[in-house]
Amino acid sequence: MKHLLSTEGIDPAVATSILDTADNLKRALLGREVRKLPTLRGRTVITMFYENSTRTRVSFEIAGKWMSADVINVSSSGSSVSKGESLRDTALTLAAAGADCVIVRHPASGAAHRLAGWLAEAGTSVINAGDGMHEHPTQALLDAATLRERLGSIEGKRIAIVGDVLHSRVARSNVHLLTALGADVTLVAPPTLLPTGVENWPVTVSHELDAELPSLDAVMLLRVQAERMTGGFFPSAREYSIAYGLNENRLRLMPEHAVVLHPGPMLRGMEIASAVADSPRAAITDQVRNGVHLRMAVLYHLLAHEEESS
Amino acid sequence: MGIPSRGAPLARRLARKIAEFSGVEVPTGTLDVTLYRDDLRRGPTRPLETTALPEGGIDDRLVVLVDDVLFSGRTIRAALDALRDHGRPRAVQLAVLVDRGHRELPIRADYVGKNVPTARTEDVAVLLEEFDKRDGVVLR
Repeated sequence: MKHLLSTEGIDPAVATSILDTADNLKRALLGREVRKLPTLRGRTVITMFYENSTRTRVSFEIAGKWMSADVINVSSSGSSVSKGESLRDTALTLAAAGADCVIVRHPASGAAHRLAGWLAEAGTSVINAGDGMHEHPTQALLDAATLRERLGSIEGKRIAIVGDVLHSRVARSNVHLLTALGADVTLVAPPTLLPTGVENWPVTVSHELDAELPSLDAVMLLRVQAERMTGGFFPSAREYSIAYGLNENRLRLMPEHAVVLHPGPMLRGMEIASAVADSPRAAITDQVRNGVHLRMAVLYHLLAHEEESS
Repeated sequence: MGIPSRGAPLARRLARKIAEFSGVEVPTGTLDVTLYRDDLRRGPTRPLETTALPEGGIDDRLVVLVDDVLFSGRTIRAALDALRDHGRPRAVQLAVLVDRGHRELPIRADYVGKNVPTARTEDVAVLLEEFDKRDGVVLR
């Protein structure tokens, strides 16, 4: 594997082997005094974040450092990007400076794909850490890792993705990955927050959260992305939260074993009630913890093998 | 501590024999060395195996590493590095079923099942019931 750009069309065997690697890394590091593996010594990993992030950037940085790679963070403010340098020129500069892997987050959908094309000659690997409203593959993989850990398996499980599907790259990546792994995925959202063409996705669509809850194995809540909303998608925040927010009463409608996921950052009181977010049914901190091991696994699969001759 | 894949069942078998012959219960574990290998960039992605320390850890104890075939010595070099990250044993020894020679590092085994002189081009395969439905050593 050279790049990780999307989960669309991912080979389920490849996805499963990344999840297995993450599991083994987690076990290998459990209870260790020295959380440092020599595997990626001498490799340079650069994170390029053109959008804000806490979880993703930090967990990629920790993942790289725990595997002994040199990790350098570039953000759009404080770099030549603020002087007007293009994405392509910045990326070529970083590749020329010696990056083996570039991890990119960008507000434009498709940015990571373009980058992979530009960097093909330099042989640099590209990881998509979120591109606009398109994909966020490592988030989907860490969600799958968390679901597998909590539910034992993913195949045949009923999983609902609830909320702002229209603006969500997390939803897209999860739909592709979870259905590839055999899950039965339902999107639950008001019609205004569903993308056009959703009827061609391998999912069922519902507008009634309460009707879905009793048969779910997991519910994944999405943040309402005010920064990407250009018009009125719903009458008011309060109305959205009444219709689609996961509160304690709704949690009781779900089976005992069902898990609550949220990719973060959470808007407490909006898509998720505070009591639900802090309940043992929520796997939200597990998601972050698994995110580090999962990203280590992705770096391992991208960087710890012989150069592919193109 | 067995080195996966075939060192792991060999370590368990040795512990069972020791218990049978001397009544001493020896704790066992497995130590995956993949992440410490120096040849990761010379092949396709290697899947990881399980690491499981014996109960009570390895600090201040005598650790016997167990593997099926001793060849270049590079796996054992990786195992020594891996062990160091898990604790500080009192001493480390090495037990192998087959020593086929051709060492590339100053490493030797403390316990050897059988020394088998080989050519570099030959392949020594250890078959174990746990994986291969029969026990045996095949020289090809």
